[in-house]
Amino acid sequence: MKPADLCNQPGKWFGGQEGAFADIVLSSRIRLARNVKGYAFVGSLSADKQRELLERLKTIVPGADMGAKTFFIDIDLASALEKELLVERHLISKRLAQGKGPRGVIVSEDETFTAMINEEDHLRMQVYASGLQLQICWQRINQIDDQVEKLAEYAFDSRLGYLTACPTNLGTGIRVSVMLHLPALKMTGQIEKLVGAARDTDMAIRGFWGEGTEALGDCFQLSNQVTLGISENEIVEQFSAVFIPQIVAYENEARRTLLEKKPRILDDKIHRALGILSNACLIGSQEALYLLSHIRLGINLGLVKHISLKTVNDLFLLTQPAHLQLRAGRMLEADQRDSLRAEMIRQRIHEN
Amino acid sequence: MLCQSCKQRTATIHLTEIANNQRTETHLCQECAQEQGLTVKTQVPLNDLLNTLLSAQAQAAGSEPESPGREHACPECGMTLKRFAKESLLGCPQDYKEFHDELMPLIEKNQNGKSTHAGKLPSHMPPMNRRESELISLQRKLEQAIRNEDYETAAALRDQIRAYS
Repeated sequence: MKPADLCNQPGKWFGGQEGAFADIVLSSRIRLARNVKGYAFVGSLSADKQRELLERLKTIVPGADMGAKTFFIDIDLASALEKELLVERHLISKRLAQGKGPRGVIVSEDETFTAMINEEDHLRMQVYASGLQLQICWQRINQIDDQVEKLAEYAFDSRLGYLTACPTNLGTGIRVSVMLHLPALKMTGQIEKLVGAARDTDMAIRGFWGEGTEALGDCFQLSNQVTLGISENEIVEQFSAVFIPQIVAYENEARRTLLEKKPRILDDKIHRALGILSNACLIGSQEALYLLSHIRLGINLGLVKHISLKTVNDLFLLTQPAHLQLRAGRMLEADQRDSLRAEMIRQRIHEN
Repeated sequence: MLCQSCKQRTATIHLTEIANNQRTETHLCQECAQEQGLTVKTQVPLNDLLNTLLSAQAQAAGSEPESPGREHACPECGMTLKRFAKESLLGCPQDYKEFHDELMPLIEKNQNGKSTHAGKLPSHMPPMNRRESELISLQRKLEQAIRNEDYETAAALRDQIRAYS
């Protein structure tokens, strides 16, 4: 499989129907940061040693996720568009895309497992699942980690845990993230409160799409910040049993309030979005995310019946710039992309 | 709900205090809470903390800040604290030992006061280190149990720890 093959494929882990709270929780992710004993961290490692490490991990990691078919992508050799596609699909980080030297990523065929090699740490493995399924993610990544560790001894200290290039990942090296669609909290101006609450409980909340802090499409990502002195299971448990159910309850409460107190405004927002997306000839990627979010809310509230949730979830992913360009097979100017994007959305909305 | 202090902005910070069996609730907005010193954690990047620390040390020593000849460097990778402060990434695992005394306060500050690993252990570990890690983990659980006033669990943990020595 080549990166370009992904541009037509909807993501299995993104917005699927499996997992708890699938109407609000788009996906769950767990990432582990690991470094191999006997090597300096990537930033201080010679290109030769980076190459050696890449070759070693490239042969070890694919066998670790038992049963899953994987493919390797050499990021040093990938085109700018291919790298952008992998970033848009959240399979690699911007850091890996923009870095230099021997580096790559191993991706399972269904994209639910990826392992970046020579990013900030030697190995950054992550497992995705749709909805709230953190326990399943943890079981799988933990098993993979055990298998890899049999063949590549990690840098580990009995007091400090897994040693990472940045001390903010020290200990478990774990980053638990949950992607949430929170349009009603956004409309009722309650996101700031959520950001404050997240900070007070040592969580970080940021936008899931695009750059910077602006959360396009009302999609947010909540992650743990503390990695030391707390076990992986404790973090997973906090997210699964406390944090996420609470945020879901707030969002549902905000949705009820909107339905009761401002039904006309809500109706207008949703049908305005539907009107634009069904008729426009040019749509920018930010505008698309903004309007698709309103339609997604409309579907979940039962106000939009002729479009499936899957159609909207797929469009979130497939209308991104690199996706459209690889689909067309060439680089495109912004207005050409906007035209293709509008066309794709119109088609898929009417197909339903 | 309005902020009790300014009575203008919405209260977003809710405090419940229990003293002498008297329960009091306070509702404040972000600004007023900050004024009263009830803030609101901010995440300070690690390298900013280190920069502050380094300049404070230099001032205390009364030395000129630029003295590269005497700067301590890791023998494995050549990393120095100054470089770490700039790049916020360490050079090799050995750095955690080389700069242990300087790094630990920063790590604790960044990791919510924690300084000891409490997660999974690699199966590769030499038996001695494994024992040490398990002992540390048991002690941590014991402290937690005592904090929760779960004395039954605490007693069981204490016995397990004794069995180790």
